[in-house]
Amino acid sequence: MRKSVRGLIGLLIFLCLWQLADQLKLIDPTFVPGPIVVAGRIGQLFAKAEFRVDFVATVLAWLIAIITATAIAVPLGLLLGSLPVLRSATSAVVDLLRPIPSVTLIPLVLTAFGDGAQIKIILATFASIWPILFNVIYGLREVDPLFVDTARAFRTTRLRTALAIRLPYVTPFALTGIRMSAAISLVVIVSTEFLSNSGIGFGSFVVLNGEQSGDIPMVIGGVVVAGILGGLVNALLQGAQNRWFSWAQEGA
Amino acid sequence: MFANSKLAAFVQRWLVFAICVLLWQWAATVTNNVVFPTPLAIVRKAQQLWLNGPASQLFLGSGINQDVLPSVGRLAGGWAIASVAGIVIGIALGLVPVLADYASTVLAFMRAVPPVMLVPVFFVLFHIGTPMQLATIVFGSIWPVLLNSVDGARSVDPIKADTARAYQIGRLRWITSVVLPAASPKIFAGLRINLAFALILMVVSELIGSPDGLGYQIANSENTYDYETMWAGIALVSLLGFVLNRLLVAVENRALAWHHSTRLLEG
Amino acid sequence: MLDVIELGHTYGTGAKAHLAIDEVSFRVDAGEIVCVVGPSGCGKTTLLKSVAGLHRVARGQIHLQGHQVHGVPGDLAVVFQDYSRSLFPWLNVASNVEFPLRGTSLSRAQRRERSAEALAWVGLADVARKHPWELSGGMQQRVAIARALAYRPALMLMDEPFASVDAQTRADLEDLVLRVRTEQDMTILLVTHDIDESVYLGDRVLVLSESPTTVVDTLKVDLPRERDQIITRASTEFVRLRSEVARQLRR
Repeated sequence: MRKSVRGLIGLLIFLCLWQLADQLKLIDPTFVPGPIVVAGRIGQLFAKAEFRVDFVATVLAWLIAIITATAIAVPLGLLLGSLPVLRSATSAVVDLLRPIPSVTLIPLVLTAFGDGAQIKIILATFASIWPILFNVIYGLREVDPLFVDTARAFRTTRLRTALAIRLPYVTPFALTGIRMSAAISLVVIVSTEFLSNSGIGFGSFVVLNGEQSGDIPMVIGGVVVAGILGGLVNALLQGAQNRWFSWAQEGA
Repeated sequence: MFANSKLAAFVQRWLVFAICVLLWQWAATVTNNVVFPTPLAIVRKAQQLWLNGPASQLFLGSGINQDVLPSVGRLAGGWAIASVAGIVIGIALGLVPVLADYASTVLAFMRAVPPVMLVPVFFVLFHIGTPMQLATIVFGSIWPVLLNSVDGARSVDPIKADTARAYQIGRLRWITSVVLPAASPKIFAGLRINLAFALILMVVSELIGSPDGLGYQIANSENTYDYETMWAGIALVSLLGFVLNRLLVAVENRALAWHHSTRLLEG
Repeated sequence: MLDVIELGHTYGTGAKAHLAIDEVSFRVDAGEIVCVVGPSGCGKTTLLKSVAGLHRVARGQIHLQGHQVHGVPGDLAVVFQDYSRSLFPWLNVASNVEFPLRGTSLSRAQRRERSAEALAWVGLADVARKHPWELSGGMQQRVAIARALAYRPALMLMDEPFASVDAQTRADLEDLVLRVRTEQDMTILLVTHDIDESVYLGDRVLVLSESPTTVVDTLKVDLPRERDQIITRASTEFVRLRSEVARQLRR
């Protein structure tokens, strides 16, 4: 039995248990309704045009964040990875900047720049840069010296070595980083929307119509949608990575 | 220039940092925006808040008790619970790969959920206070270490497995003396990530539902337009993250000395 | 000591079934060194793993000291080819040697003593505190042998143990195996692809065919017990035997 089939069966079992717990009143239905009710709620959500607009806004913001983060982090990573001097010089700054939770910056950025799509994209980009950056640097470091030596033995130019050996080698690592960034940026974007009352985006919708009116089942519905979205994208990216880069060893 | 290259690297690193801070000071002074105080002002504020105690207490003032300790306590507690639970469940699943396969979809979904969205749910379930924050931290940060533990347990070298079976090593000893050490590099990698998550969740859960702590301090000061305090809080969070990460890396280096040396040997 | 009766194994089922081992039967008597030679892919390792109880066979029986083997018997030790993956890198050498003894009823002091004894015997007493990756390949394999010795098995199984070391080290390790048999009174079943080695070490040499594997021939090695890398290998009898083995392999 293939792994994906097993996974789906596991999911079904989980849903059945959840429904059972609900039937047996093991959990308070006002907080955590059964899966059927949640599914119904989700259906209701997507039926509202307003929600659909918000949903698309979130996904767009997400895409922009990932693409921007990739565009910044990959070249930066290649640069820092190739010049160890640069890397060690900037390491203190990097190590101090990195643990700043983007979410703590939310109040700050909101005050400075006001509400709007830009903040969440900026924050998400900031948070997403790190996994890609570190994975690219790590990937460059892991290039098997044997490959490079082989190229040198055949008198390959430095440029060709960089393009034909280092780049393909680094790509799977970069992809792993992008995959992680996709997950993080979605979380940051939705969280920002959730906390900022900006009125735009999927998270805002859930906050305004769910949390603020005490409609917890709607929040759970929102949670499920976010989870499915994130999980699907991750699975797709992982699948693409497995198919096209199965020759690579594990990334970072 | 320096005889010791490690010293040179150290100096270089902090020199760059110092230059960045100086640039920041200059930029903040020039723009003179109340929202962006100078680093100097922030440090002064931090000292006022937290370092105003007597020398006998390492200069730590009462502000520490109110802001820092509760946060650190929740962070440490939440992270510890998440780590232990993640490792135990992860290894158990990893040892029975079929089970891990069945759980894979549900786990992938759980992992993608933005924990922040669950805060209202936990809030309603537990109301304001530590249990809600612990629940948020644990639920949100358990996934990296759990998934890494599964991965680590699954990737134990089959030759080691054969060796252990040939020498008739019992199941329990197999898990504790072979699987755990073999999986520890991946487990530590997961622990570092879940520390970062735990930090974020601690702050976020305090932003929303807490009477004390750093997150509360940050949110409160933002609401009262006390930007210096807000920045001081953010800086402290960053510092906390930096220090805790360094500590974890130090522990990891000791525990995984054998792994790093083997990797070095392989070039 | 060891009786292998009509061992057979098939991988896969139905149309994809591959008859790996057709029928193999042989005996190993106490105190003997029996070498198994065969072409690549003939299932030598499957055979060894089956004897070790690490692999369940489709057909046949294995008897060790009179009892039939189900699963891993308690009286044997295995030395694998890939020593770097068989030793535990997070333990030092002494702990590695001691490791299999932890589950037994020996006290800690007794385990330490046996470990030290075994290491001294293979000539590695001074590296007890080092870690496996700090040692050369030959030394690591010695540690694996010491680990097997400390376990005091009745039968020692060796799966191409010297395939991953250089020729000079291989010669030293071969002589170590001979000493193990003589001074530790051990029975050894050794799988190898090296014809010279099989004749040098063995009291008997089992030649296996290609897959589906059967025993092509069993040669009795009539060389004196005391063997020397140079003298023995130059002797007429040695040359005759190895040519015979080579010829049987080619069939």
